[in-house]
Amino acid sequence: MTQPTYAIRCAGESNSFPDAHPFLNDAVDRGTVLVLIGDHSVVRPGDHDHLTILLELGNECLGVHTGEDSGREGSNLIGFSRWRLGTDDPSNLIELVTQPKTLPDAIAAARAVFETAGFQVSVCADRPGRIVDRLIRPQFNLALQALDDGLVSAADLDLCLKLGLGYRRGFIAPLERSGIEHHYDVSLALYEAYARPEFLPARSAAVAKARSLTAVKRKKTDVAMRERGK
Amino acid sequence: MSLSATKFSSAGVAGAGTMGGGIAITMARAGLATTVFDSSQAALERARRQIGEFFEKSVARGKLNAAQADTSVKKLTFSNDIGAMALLNVVVEAIYEDLRAKHALLAKLDAICSPETLFLTNTSTLSITELAAGCKRQDRVVGAHYCLPAQLMKLVEMSKGIHTSEDSWQRAWAFELATNQQPVETQDRPGFVLNFFCVPYHNDVIRMIEANVAKPAEIDRAMKAAMDFAMGPCELIDLIGLDTQLRASEAFFSVTNNPRTAPPPLLRRMVAAGMLGRKTKRGFYDYGQDAMFGA
Repeated sequence: MTQPTYAIRCAGESNSFPDAHPFLNDAVDRGTVLVLIGDHSVVRPGDHDHLTILLELGNECLGVHTGEDSGREGSNLIGFSRWRLGTDDPSNLIELVTQPKTLPDAIAAARAVFETAGFQVSVCADRPGRIVDRLIRPQFNLALQALDDGLVSAADLDLCLKLGLGYRRGFIAPLERSGIEHHYDVSLALYEAYARPEFLPARSAAVAKARSLTAVKRKKTDVAMRERGK
Repeated sequence: MSLSATKFSSAGVAGAGTMGGGIAITMARAGLATTVFDSSQAALERARRQIGEFFEKSVARGKLNAAQADTSVKKLTFSNDIGAMALLNVVVEAIYEDLRAKHALLAKLDAICSPETLFLTNTSTLSITELAAGCKRQDRVVGAHYCLPAQLMKLVEMSKGIHTSEDSWQRAWAFELATNQQPVETQDRPGFVLNFFCVPYHNDVIRMIEANVAKPAEIDRAMKAAMDFAMGPCELIDLIGLDTQLRASEAFFSVTNNPRTAPPPLLRRMVAAGMLGRKTKRGFYDYGQDAMFGA
């Protein structure tokens, strides 16, 4: 297969590409692949003429955009998301979301476009949380619960995970850095999707979320007070 | 007792399996007169050979010089007579994960060892308090979960039983430092830290594969790229052994009733099919032909 070129159409805010990135610069006007970036992106009728259409996803399933047909759904439209943790910069991982009948050539082109740009690419089925969030959010909840239960200190927990399992960043340090309240949002969405207790946000995540909401409310009140005082 | 006042000249390992051999290396390398006990002569011979090979490799790779390796090897004694453990400062129990077998061993050691001898028990799933109850010196029993391979991994998860004395705890901690290990304090709870996280997570991964959400290589690539893990979960399960994951899951589920720790059907099927990971050259990956498992 020759290296596919890609065009980009942006609409709304992007969680995957919030800032300038070489991937955005390397797009062409008319590519064999169309990349739809941003939370207001929609697929137009003529878009299906492309070999592949890549649609950026938030937490939702691809099926929300395409509809489903009892396992018979799938075309040249593929979902994608660049995984990120809270306020951290997006990672180098692109998760490609496919449906049962997604065209193999479309997957190959999607993979080639992102891998050529230097991303790691993983393909998965259209399930809430895809791969990483579905696996890591229960672990984050477990880590926060372990601290509550006095199993181990935060520093020793991360040290154990680094030395014993090769988790180079640990769990607690990246969670604290990126905002535990953001973990709450993702984990709660997964809990609503799967109704399984491991996704229920840990107590301390709920506290972090409540405090962030209070902070936002206080900020709005301060602004309103200042406006009134003018 | 202050840590600096604690001196160790001798130590022993009861159980000459993979873990016991690795722990013996940490002791001998630190300059302690080290006794390796096992009732099986064949196990002792295998451990002697493997430990010798390890030190040879350490020299070849420049980790130790020949004199250091020679000194370490000379520190080791192998015996199938439990009486050889009688006068040691510290004995690390490292036999297989079975409460009755560990109780029987600790009772024998208790009967023959000096009252000063400290017992460390290397377990990944059993309760330190329950294990200590198998002997009459519950105050001198401390949990010390070494990671596999112990001769390379620094981390030791340390935990007290209900009756562990502060003096024993301090001595055990000092012993790990004296053998150049990195002790971390945790609690006497199922799985301590590592298995508390590992066992349910690995089962989640296996269920994800079984549900056709993603293939092993896709999952490994995703977790490494997103979280900067040194190994993907499927690579790690293959390294640990699927049979070990199954045994750990069964042990965990029996004490926690947490559905995440229950063995997934695919894990049972793969173990039944002899796909145990690297040790059988086939698990989630095929180490003979580089082919992928699963379709």
